[in-house]
Amino acid sequence: MNEDSKKQTALNDTEPSRREAFVKIGVGSICVACSGAAVFGYEFLAPNVLYEPSPVVNAGKPDRYPLGSVTQDQQSGIYIVHGSEGIYAMSAVCTHLGCLTAWQPELGIVACPCHGSKFRRDGTKIEGPAPRPLVWLKASIDDDGDLLVDRSSPLDQKQYVRT
Amino acid sequence: MASSLDAHLENLRESRVWRSIFRSGSGATNLHRALSVQQNVFLHLSSVKIRKRSLAFRVTWFLGTLSLGGLLILVVTGIPLMLYYHPSVPQAYADMKDLRFVVSAGVFLRNLHRWAAHAMVLLVFAHMFKVFYRGAYRPPREFNWVVGVILLILTLLLSYTGYLLPWDQLAFWAITVGSNLLSSVPVLGAKIRFLMLGGNTVNANALLRFYVLHCVILPLMAAIFVAIHFWRIRKDGGIYAGGADSGKGKRS
Repeated sequence: MNEDSKKQTALNDTEPSRREAFVKIGVGSICVACSGAAVFGYEFLAPNVLYEPSPVVNAGKPDRYPLGSVTQDQQSGIYIVHGSEGIYAMSAVCTHLGCLTAWQPELGIVACPCHGSKFRRDGTKIEGPAPRPLVWLKASIDDDGDLLVDRSSPLDQKQYVRT
Repeated sequence: MASSLDAHLENLRESRVWRSIFRSGSGATNLHRALSVQQNVFLHLSSVKIRKRSLAFRVTWFLGTLSLGGLLILVVTGIPLMLYYHPSVPQAYADMKDLRFVVSAGVFLRNLHRWAAHAMVLLVFAHMFKVFYRGAYRPPREFNWVVGVILLILTLLLSYTGYLLPWDQLAFWAITVGSNLLSSVPVLGAKIRFLMLGGNTVNANALLRFYVLHCVILPLMAAIFVAIHFWRIRKDGGIYAGGADSGKGKRS
């Protein structure tokens, strides 16, 4: 075996590995570019500013709500209930699939038009597919004496507004 | 009369302009017929030859062709509807009303679009049942069955995204319920819902996203997969005609 053919053999040995290295670099760069594009795409698709109504609703003076009344605000999707133990705010959004429930004064219950869930005035379920009772919302009195309801703050347990 | 018309058509087919577009040439020979299919960009997805018995009504009930017909009607009626429809709140509802009561032939186009949409969902399901119960999904056609499942999903997504566009109460609550169903997907559900709606509630962003999905993204995807679907019929040995001569192993 002379010098030239030895060189040739060495070249043949190294060439595939060099090609493999370039393939690895190429595939690696494509992977990095794809994951970058995925992050970029996610960031682009998730809006940074939302022009949605504020979660905090001003429900006016608490004395607007007489004892024993259930008042529904269609626009904001909340109930203000004045029970024997005090005033509380409750979401009108059904816990099943997000439809807007309605207070039925003649029956004294809350009913959902979409799939027929029914609730008592404290939110507990009477019947229907809803998995949880209606959500109680954090409510407070501001400095002007107005009742504020925060739709983004669900309560874990019953809590009445101190007036 | 008929013969002079034939002569004129023959002259047209032999003219230089015609021959520059359709190179296959005229004549009722098998070669010319085969070439006219093979050299046409739309027809070349299909085979140049087909077994006569696979064209019998009993074999397919023409359900795939009818589904394609539904899709074509939806494209042809959908594009003019876009000229009068603004995907914005609350203009979308007013535009839908205008299409029904103000725009000439608007009510015809809108109703045709809606009925064709319902019909296409029905036809696609019927097509799948027909293929399933005849066993036409079996090898070598198993990949085309998968393409068909993708096309079913695209059909349902097109139907779902189109449902929001009238921006009426039915549309709003249907999409509210549908997107809340989506949020029960484990781990990613709430995120997917947020990205799909472009917010936390069904609102202006959701309407615009559904519009773009309905009019651009999903139709493009459907067109691509329909092309693959038809091409695979040829590659898998033609329409499954049943019986011993199932076309297994015959690929052109």
